[in-house]
Amino acid sequence: MSPENPILQELPAVLSVRDLRVSYGEREILHGITFDVKAGETLVILGGSGCGKSTLLRTLVGLERPSSGEIWINGKNLATVSVAELYEIRKRTGMSFQGGALFGSMTVGENVALPLREHTKLEDSTIEIMLRLKLEQVGLTGFEYHMPSQLSGGMKKRAAVARALAMDPQVLFFDEPSAGLDPIIAAGIDQLILELKKAFRMTIVVVTHELASAFLIADRMMLMDKGNIVAVGTTEEMRSSVNPRVRQFLDRVPEPDVEGEMDYLQALTESYSRSLERNPRV
Amino acid sequence: MLQFVTQIGGSVTDGLAYIGSLASLGGRAAYYGLVGPFQGKPLRLQRAFAQAMEVGVRALPVLSLVTFFIGLILALQAAYELTKLGAMSVVPRAVALSMSRELGPLITAIVVIGRSGSAFAAEIGTMKVSEEIDALETMAISPVDFLVTPKFLAMIVMLPCLTIWATVMGIFGGAVFGVAQANFTFTRYVQASIESLFIRDIVTGLVKSVMFGITITAVGCFEGFSTGGGAEQVGRSTTRAVVMSILLVVAVDLVFTAVFFVMGSA
Repeated sequence: MSPENPILQELPAVLSVRDLRVSYGEREILHGITFDVKAGETLVILGGSGCGKSTLLRTLVGLERPSSGEIWINGKNLATVSVAELYEIRKRTGMSFQGGALFGSMTVGENVALPLREHTKLEDSTIEIMLRLKLEQVGLTGFEYHMPSQLSGGMKKRAAVARALAMDPQVLFFDEPSAGLDPIIAAGIDQLILELKKAFRMTIVVVTHELASAFLIADRMMLMDKGNIVAVGTTEEMRSSVNPRVRQFLDRVPEPDVEGEMDYLQALTESYSRSLERNPRV
Repeated sequence: MLQFVTQIGGSVTDGLAYIGSLASLGGRAAYYGLVGPFQGKPLRLQRAFAQAMEVGVRALPVLSLVTFFIGLILALQAAYELTKLGAMSVVPRAVALSMSRELGPLITAIVVIGRSGSAFAAEIGTMKVSEEIDALETMAISPVDFLVTPKFLAMIVMLPCLTIWATVMGIFGGAVFGVAQANFTFTRYVQASIESLFIRDIVTGLVKSVMFGITITAVGCFEGFSTGGGAEQVGRSTTRAVVMSILLVVAVDLVFTAVFFVMGSA
């Protein structure tokens, strides 16, 4: 692992992950992941499809339970907390999902206001003001009465960010913020992340495979492959890295075709046999 | 032979596990509905009210029509046999009893399964596929509390109401036959129906309808939550919700009818 930036090292870690392992059934997806996220930094987790980065993110927000290891957020270990404590931690973290995950039956305004209505005893008028503020922050002023289905992909993502920001989270998680967007809209989302970073010194963890976006928003990057961390470092360190896996990913070299017949068959039938396990009689 | 027995055993355990899952979901929803209000988490009455409108009030037109026809059919079928005995005066009684004890609750349940049980599975299944359930979780909002408890509340209140309505419409359907073919006046037919009903008949129907409501909600929501990835899975969950609900509602019906029978004869 590359040496860490001394300036960042002085800051306290908001999120610490130690030897994290996650399995789906028999199959282990993450093989002992260890890293820290410092207060106010933006960590971008990079990796190809199926490298475990999405599973890692889902585990960090408590949607998957680790099979072993520790995840420390604010002095609480996510791997061992009770459900009540998990909910308390979640009130202080925000997550923006890949497709936005806005509630289709509610207006944009109701979506953004939902965490406030659920977790605070604020007056409706106060919530109204906060809602306007959050929408303004993401550039969606005046859209509170629109339904999510009336928004474009980029606007949905902005609305999802506004909802994630509603409770003023300490850590903000992004799952593939630019996936499925055209380059101009994607650049707009990158700008939004940069603004959040600058204006609020927010701690941000982003999972993506978009290199351009990653280099633009990251303070530090972490490259993952097959459930392991390949390299961690600042954008500069990553750019000048000589690690062959890092070079391969950054220079977009296609994977050499070395898989044997057994690997191929296993990959071919794996998802099918898993679906049979889940739903044997359908 | 051994394989056959193993298969039966497997199906039985699967079935029991399924019912166990339903009970667990129902129990958790009941926790949020009964214990939550005492822990400073008010009931989501607004959401429950919206569900009740959807489940109950909007079902009235189709339910009215269906049970009106069923009442008419029952009267025709009963009369077919009863004319031979010269006992046409028993028709109101036959219709009223079978509507209030059996067909009212059952037909209501089947209409509600088609309209709402499937809708529950589709709604929750779609939310699962589009990560909205995950989003609720990450916002520290319990999906069971937010989505399932209001549905249970709405169904437990609305199904008995719909059942009473269905029974009344069935009796009206029978009355059409009574007036047209059996020399009843409308008032006399309705009066004969009311006189033939005991409180016991109405209560057994209502108890059943509450149980049906619980069953339909549990199955619909459970199938929704067990939706895998992809849009075609939502369709599959919806189908399964309807099929399993009909099966379980009839099974619950049998159990309660048997229990009432034993209680009545004891």
